[in-house]
Amino acid sequence: MARASNPEISKKSAAAFAAPQGSDSENFSLRSLQDTLESDRRYQASQEELLHLYEQMLLIRRFEERAGQLYGLGLIGGFCHLYIGQEAVAVGLQSALEEGKDSVITGYRDHGHMLAYGIDPNVIMAELTGRQAGISKGKGGSMHMFSTEHAFYGGHGIVGAQVSLGGGLAFAHKYREDGGLCLAYFGDGASNQGQVYETFNMAALWQLPIIFVVENNQYAMGTSVKRSSAETEFYRRGTAFRIPGMKVNGMDLLEVRQAANVAIAHVRGGGGPVLMELETYRYRGHSMSDPAKYRTREEVQGVREKSDPIEGAKADLLKLGVNEDQLKEIDKRIRAIVSEAADFAEKSPEPEPTELYTDVLVESY
Amino acid sequence: MAIELKMPALSPTMEEGTLSRWLVKEGDTVSAGDVLAEIETDKATMEFESIDEGTVGKILVPEGSEGVKVGTVIAVLAAEGEDASAIQAPEADASAVQQSPEKGGSVTEKDEKASAGASTAELMEAKPTPKKADPEIPAGTNMIKVTLREALRDGMAEEMRRDERVFVMGEEVAEYQGAYKVTQGLLEEFGPKRVIDTPITEYGFAGIGTGAAMGGLRPVIEFMTFNFAMQAIDHIVNSAAKTNYMSGGQMRCPVVFRGPNGAASRVGAQHSQNYGPWYASVPGLIVIAPYDAHDAKGLLKAAIRCEDPVVFLENELLYGRTYELAQLDDHVLPIGKARIVREGKDVTIVSYSIAVGLALEAAEQLAAEGIDAEVVDLRTLRPLDTETVLESLKKTNRLVVAEEGWPTCSIASEIIAVCMEQGFDHLDAPVMRVCNEDVPLPYAANLEKLALIDTPRIVSAVKKVCYKG
Repeated sequence: MARASNPEISKKSAAAFAAPQGSDSENFSLRSLQDTLESDRRYQASQEELLHLYEQMLLIRRFEERAGQLYGLGLIGGFCHLYIGQEAVAVGLQSALEEGKDSVITGYRDHGHMLAYGIDPNVIMAELTGRQAGISKGKGGSMHMFSTEHAFYGGHGIVGAQVSLGGGLAFAHKYREDGGLCLAYFGDGASNQGQVYETFNMAALWQLPIIFVVENNQYAMGTSVKRSSAETEFYRRGTAFRIPGMKVNGMDLLEVRQAANVAIAHVRGGGGPVLMELETYRYRGHSMSDPAKYRTREEVQGVREKSDPIEGAKADLLKLGVNEDQLKEIDKRIRAIVSEAADFAEKSPEPEPTELYTDVLVESY
Repeated sequence: MAIELKMPALSPTMEEGTLSRWLVKEGDTVSAGDVLAEIETDKATMEFESIDEGTVGKILVPEGSEGVKVGTVIAVLAAEGEDASAIQAPEADASAVQQSPEKGGSVTEKDEKASAGASTAELMEAKPTPKKADPEIPAGTNMIKVTLREALRDGMAEEMRRDERVFVMGEEVAEYQGAYKVTQGLLEEFGPKRVIDTPITEYGFAGIGTGAAMGGLRPVIEFMTFNFAMQAIDHIVNSAAKTNYMSGGQMRCPVVFRGPNGAASRVGAQHSQNYGPWYASVPGLIVIAPYDAHDAKGLLKAAIRCEDPVVFLENELLYGRTYELAQLDDHVLPIGKARIVREGKDVTIVSYSIAVGLALEAAEQLAAEGIDAEVVDLRTLRPLDTETVLESLKKTNRLVVAEEGWPTCSIASEIIAVCMEQGFDHLDAPVMRVCNEDVPLPYAANLEKLALIDTPRIVSAVKKVCYKG
């Protein structure tokens, strides 16, 4: 595909990005979409839009901090993987989707993706504390949450499994011709799983409407990408399957959103799958019990100070004329929502013992 | 208001820890993310971060303290605009982590009683009203002769005509017409949108099939043989079987995984294995292993309509066998119901899949020797129809399980356990199992024959439990 000849094109409607290209196109270019993005890297959000996205990121941050706190108090057990630092990825990408029509699937670090899809914080927090009112009736936990109503398909604990399941969701969109697409998130760690490439192959072969999103937060548990991956530029990993790649600054909300528009237009235009790599960073350990000795304190502090996605969005908002008081007001409101979620999650009863045997099967035999 | 900093639980198993070092002192200003202290857990030394902004008021637990219980207040933080030096230390509160849920009022006395008093058996939902019986075949129904592979193909085709959401996916299912010709003619009738050839990529297409079911379709995923499904077993067990439970009943996964299972003929160890017991041990799955065309067609149609994930185990050696099949408009059989394929009064032979044929042969030979054997075909391996097995045992008081598969941790083992637990009073002899030998399947014709279950072995076991051997 040729470079976008007219940079104006990127400012027009998302559909204008559409440049369908079959996998048999001789002009396959790994960087075709990247070039479009680079011609205009940042989405121009209105003040109202950006305020909303900022609020969503802040909600994820405060929610996760509170989850960490509740874990510390023993109210949340088992595994609990926090999304702090990666907020711009889920919020930026999902704000470009059509909720209810497009499907989203991810791994076990899933709280942020649910909040970004507008799912009630109360039922998410109540799931974390293992209560009846939780979104999975307390039977799923942190890693296993779903909302078919919001077309959020989990919440999967086996590294990489969500990628081929996402392929299936995309297959269903195409089969039903419902115009939807699937956004399948996975990490730099999952990128080394074999089934990811089995899925790349079939997705490209069948031109499935799917966006593969590598959330490269630099560490697969405690192993840095350099120690685990022969090709650390993950966006290139679709090349063998003729899947165009995009490398995106996952710490910049507006760049993420812009990239999402480019990728979505390509997929909706019938161009087949896209592989996006979002460079991001998790501030906390892999899970709650991770002492994070594989990286320095300074490294984490450096990212927090220089490229925090929420601070970045705040600066953009101030430029758009929002004042500090408005931001304080938002902060207050978010804190109240999170406190209410925590209260709800603490006070909701545990599941009835009879729930042990329900939902094993749908039908009776 | 002052913020109490409590000793955190920093791992799933931590109950207490050592406060090794304070990195802040009283009067220091901290912001979210600053490290306050180092805490040694049962696994590692972890950094304890501040979640809030404020000023360190009082440090209540000095560094070096060992055995600090989770939940103990270790310091107090003054919030913005509060005078840190004026903060009073709260009264000692050594509430451990285990106490916090009660404090939240979540576990009531009633609940405690319920959890303590009820046995898990009582917690199970009441069994549904008597199991559905097979529908009667009306008198005068035309009987036709079909092979098992035709019956399976017709079952799929009928369901595809009935429901647009049903599609078939697998290796060589479309243009090649099926590696074992089970999908013959489907491509022609339904086209490439609904009959889909995949690359050789079991893990991948099992995942795609499972995901498509989550997305609302009705996939029939064919494995060329179930030996290759080992590459995909993660999706069958972790993705398909557990979804409904993990989502609290919100997300279903109505997928059918089907293909030949068990030993074929001289294909060696890696291509000869019965996975019935493997899948039958997984809650959340339905496992079906039919013997004849009547059951194969009726149960495959039921499996495709079923809201739960189904593993449908066929047998390559039976594909070409011809059976009588009633010509019905819509032949659907109940899942979870065993069938008495031969009535008898002296002894029960419980079996499934290809071994049912051997059990029937054995019963004929035994009849000649004056032993009247009843043969029960389980048909469904999960949920197991223990009712029919136990009813038969009650009648005959003797039981043998015949299974083409390894003996260890087998369906036979399960049936024996059921007889011990629920049928002990009706047993006049120990239950015996006749299975394959406990070795990988050899290639050499004579060794293969030695390794596999056969009719004489069933006959001999039956005589033993009848004390006539």
